[in-house]
Formats: sequence, C-alpha cells, structure tokens
Amino acid sequence: MTEIYQLTLYDLIEKIKSKEISCEEATKSYVDRAKKSQKLNCFIEETFDQALDKAKNQSGKIDTSKKLFGAPFAVKDLFCTKGIQTTASSKMLEGFKPEYESTVTSKLWDEGANLLGKLNCDEYAMGSSNETSYFGNVINPYRNDKDLVPGGSSGGSASAVAAHLTSATVGTDTGGSIRQPASFTGTVGLKPTYGRCSRWGIVAFASSLDQAGPMTKDVRDASLLMEVISGHDNKDSTSAQIKQEVFSQKLTKDIKGLKIGIPKEYKIDGMSKEIIDLWDKGIEIVKSSGCEIKEISLPHTKYALPAYYIIAPAEASSNLARYDGVRYGFRAEGKDLIEMYENTRSLGFGDEVKRRILIGTYVLSSGYYDAYYLKAQKVRRLIKNDFDQAFKSVDTILTPTTPSAAFAIGENVDDPISMYLNDVLTVPVNLAGLPAISIPAGYDQNNLPLGLQLIGKSFDEQTVLNNAYAIEQSINFKPNFKDWWM
Amino acid sequence: MTITKDTVKKISKLSRIASNEKFEENMIKDLNAILKFVDQLNEVKIENIEPLASTVEQELIKRDDEVKKMNEKKDILINSPEENDDFYVVPKVIE
Repeated sequence: MTEIYQLTLYDLIEKIKSKEISCEEATKSYVDRAKKSQKLNCFIEETFDQALDKAKNQSGKIDTSKKLFGAPFAVKDLFCTKGIQTTASSKMLEGFKPEYESTVTSKLWDEGANLLGKLNCDEYAMGSSNETSYFGNVINPYRNDKDLVPGGSSGGSASAVAAHLTSATVGTDTGGSIRQPASFTGTVGLKPTYGRCSRWGIVAFASSLDQAGPMTKDVRDASLLMEVISGHDNKDSTSAQIKQEVFSQKLTKDIKGLKIGIPKEYKIDGMSKEIIDLWDKGIEIVKSSGCEIKEISLPHTKYALPAYYIIAPAEASSNLARYDGVRYGFRAEGKDLIEMYENTRSLGFGDEVKRRILIGTYVLSSGYYDAYYLKAQKVRRLIKNDFDQAFKSVDTILTPTTPSAAFAIGENVDDPISMYLNDVLTVPVNLAGLPAISIPAGYDQNNLPLGLQLIGKSFDEQTVLNNAYAIEQSINFKPNFKDWWM
Repeated sequence: MTITKDTVKKISKLSRIASNEKFEENMIKDLNAILKFVDQLNEVKIENIEPLASTVEQELIKRDDEVKKMNEKKDILINSPEENDDFYVVPKVIE
C-alpha cells in the first residue's frame, strides 16, 4: 500500500481536495515519519505541533483554489520565517526570530502549504556537503557501508525530500546548492533564472548569484512549485518584471523537434564511465523523443569555478559584514567595541565562512581588486557569452549534474579545493544567470543515485521542465533505499 | 601572489575577525591553495572585455515614495543581544 508520505506533492494535493485524504492525515503522516527520522538530522527547528493545529483547522475548510492546500512543507533554514527561529545553520544566528516572512515562503503559505519546520544546510549556504552546519551533519538516506553526505548546501532539504519527511521543499542555489544535493539524493532540484524568484527575506550569500528554487520528488511537482514561488516582487529590485506562468499546466513530454546541445567541455578529466554512460543514456532518450542532438562548445567552462571562487566570496564578505553582534544573533564579550566585533565574528562564524570572508576581503582590497575581482567579472562575461552563443543553435543543454556520486562524511573536509570541485558542472549556470534542473537518472555500481542536468535559456524554465519531464518519464527512476535509520 | 602571515593579519583586521597563531597558520595554507586555484584565470585573454557584475538586464525599478508602516522598533529590538527599550547597547566607546 502506498503510504501518504510516499505520494508526490501533486497527487497529495489532489487527494486532499477530493477529500480522499484529510489535511490532518497528511500532516500527521509526515510528522510521524519526521519524528522517527532524527538520525538524518534534517530539521534544525520543528514546528510539528503548529502544523498539526493548522491542518486540523484546514480540514473542515478545503479551498480548491489554493495550489498547495494542506501540503506539509518544511523549508531550508535560509528563508526568514516570521517568529520562527532562522539560523542559516550558523551559531551567529542561533535564536534569531525574524519579524518578517520571506517573499518565497509567504507565497507557499498563501497557497495553503503548512510549515513543518526549518531544514539544515551548510552555514550561510557555503558548502557542498552540509558539513559546515553549526547544527551537525545531515545524513543521506542512501548509503553504502558508511553514512554519506546529502550534498550541499541544501543538504537537509534534499535528504528530507528523498526520505519523505516533507512533501516538497524550497532550497537556494548560488553555485549548485539545489542541483548537487538533488543529484546526491535521487530527487529533483530546479535553479530558476536569476530574477525569477524574489530574494527578499532570504539570508544573503552572494546576491548576484543566489536564487531560490523547488526541490521535489518529481518534475511535475517542481513545475507546480515553480509557478507558486516565482513572480516579481517590489521588495527585490533584481526580481524580473515578467508575467506569472502556469508551468504545471503547460507541462508536456512532447519535446519533438527540440535541439539539445552536448557541451564537450563538460566531459571533465577523471569523470567516471558510469556518469558518461548515464549521460549517453540521456542523449539516447531525447533522440528517441525526436530531438536533435548537437555537439556544442562552451570554451570557458574550466574557468567558471575559479571565477566563482572570487566573485561569490567577494559578495559574501560584503553581505556578512552585517553580523556585528549588535543588532541580532550572537555576541561575544570584548573590552571595547572593536574587540567585541572581532570576537563575535571569530566565535560566531565557522571555518569555511571565515575562509570565504577572508578571501573575499582580500580580492576586494586595495591593490588586488583589478587582479582578482575585476578579472573574475570579465571571465564571468566570457562564460555568459559562451552560453549566449550556444543558445543561438540549441534550446537546452544536457550534462551530468555532478562529477561523482555522494561521498562519505569527512572525506573532503580537509581540502577546500576538492570540496569546491563538486560544483564544477553547476557553477557556470549561476554565473550566467540561467535556469537549470537536476533529475535523477540512475544508479552507480554502489546503488547511489546520479543526476542529469538540463540548462535552458533565460526565463525558459518551461522548456527545461518539459525536457526533464520527457527524460524522467522514460527513465522511470525509483528510489531504492531501505528505511535503515528507523 | 602569495598570502603571508602579515596578509592574514591585515585581512582579518579588515574583516573584523579575531586572529591567533593557529588561525593564521591554517588560513595561510587554505587561502594560498585557493589563490593558486583561481590563478588559472591568468590564462584567459580579457582585453576589451566588459566586466559582468549582474545578469539582470532590466533597468532598476523605481517605486513611489510613500510612507509605509513596517519594521517597528520594538519588534526589531527583540533580536538584539543586549537591549533596553529604545536603543541597541554596545560596549562603551568614549572614556
């Protein structure tokens, strides 16, 4: 029998609206499971009791006009939630209760979703394994002989969707933080075009790169969630003034005639045969769906990661200047004001965050600005130009999402560069501001999921979703982990 | 370019992050590895290329200059580590 928590978001809402399942039953199903899944350490803050109360209230008053009515829904702890602790997984923000709600999460509650809690992530979204969180590692429901990371930074979100602890979630993606963990956990993650979703009320990391996006059990759920969370917002001057779309209603697996690019530079040195085979499988699927395959070149691909590791820390060093121990969060003692600032920031931030603040400060400092920051911005232009050129002849681009499957906890923590390399295939998209999705495509020899990535033109999420939907329907990926942690 | 102990001290100061011997040693190692990695960018020809700071192509949106009630003082002060009713409190800055 299918348990309620196994249903997709879309099917769950249908069943709630047709009164086959009550809101209370839906919330209870997820809460019970989340309570038995503490070992995965997905939640930083649980709001189970409030969720059950709200669901009880909703049960008698079904509103079929609301797109997420009754959906139990946990969110990454980078979204500010009014009156509910929001930490960005940092000691610095422990106990911080925003007095406002982020635009993206407001839209979820306006459409009838029901907050289950806040999900663990890397500290200030800086990381690729969820190991930089002040609140401990998140465990991937997939494992071999050891506990594996869920990826990051939206690691708690990815594990929670995969393990059925929330019906769907929203994450954020600055260099791959939605797509890489989705790939590691056999789930779907979509980074929208920069400007598609409001950044207002999301704890800022690198403001020219950050985007919120859906993390879901399947592509249809991602399309539904995408139409809920997108839209212009007066409070975010970079949010795009374009019309709201109904992605889920236009979703189709008929992608005949689509031109799909295969960038040769994404076949990176040392990429495993399994990943290349999966990529080939994806190519075969779209070919048999009537698409035309074109080999393309994105010549500056290898420079995306180094450019990113200048630009993102530079923006972060500026954004994180606000944590001064005065207005909110953690404060350490000091004999004077300056020492109070320095001790607060030294004790309040973790190592990776401090590393990035220092690198960012260095590349922006007098004498180094041109050599690093300005150069990186010029390379960013070249990377965007590569995509612009490619999209003159193709509609989407198909690549693997990550250069490997999920790795063991502790395996990469001592070497920042090897950790950064996780994002080598996802980072170019952020620099160019494009939409991209990761969908589960199969398993490696250790039975760990691997993802394929589809990249689209600016504001063409619909084509990305349709293309992903066609591949998903053909692959018919099934989660294969046991509930070993319960 | 190489990061020395003095560089770490200087950028720690600029970043308002307290530094000590062990922190400096670790950061010298990590930051030099990161700089070596980003030095790959020296291979790229960037003459006559305009820097790209943002992919947003629209003009900044202006809004009407209206007074709106938001961010009430009492609500905001709730989150401050040390507060009285009206002000943020910091260590004494004048003798």
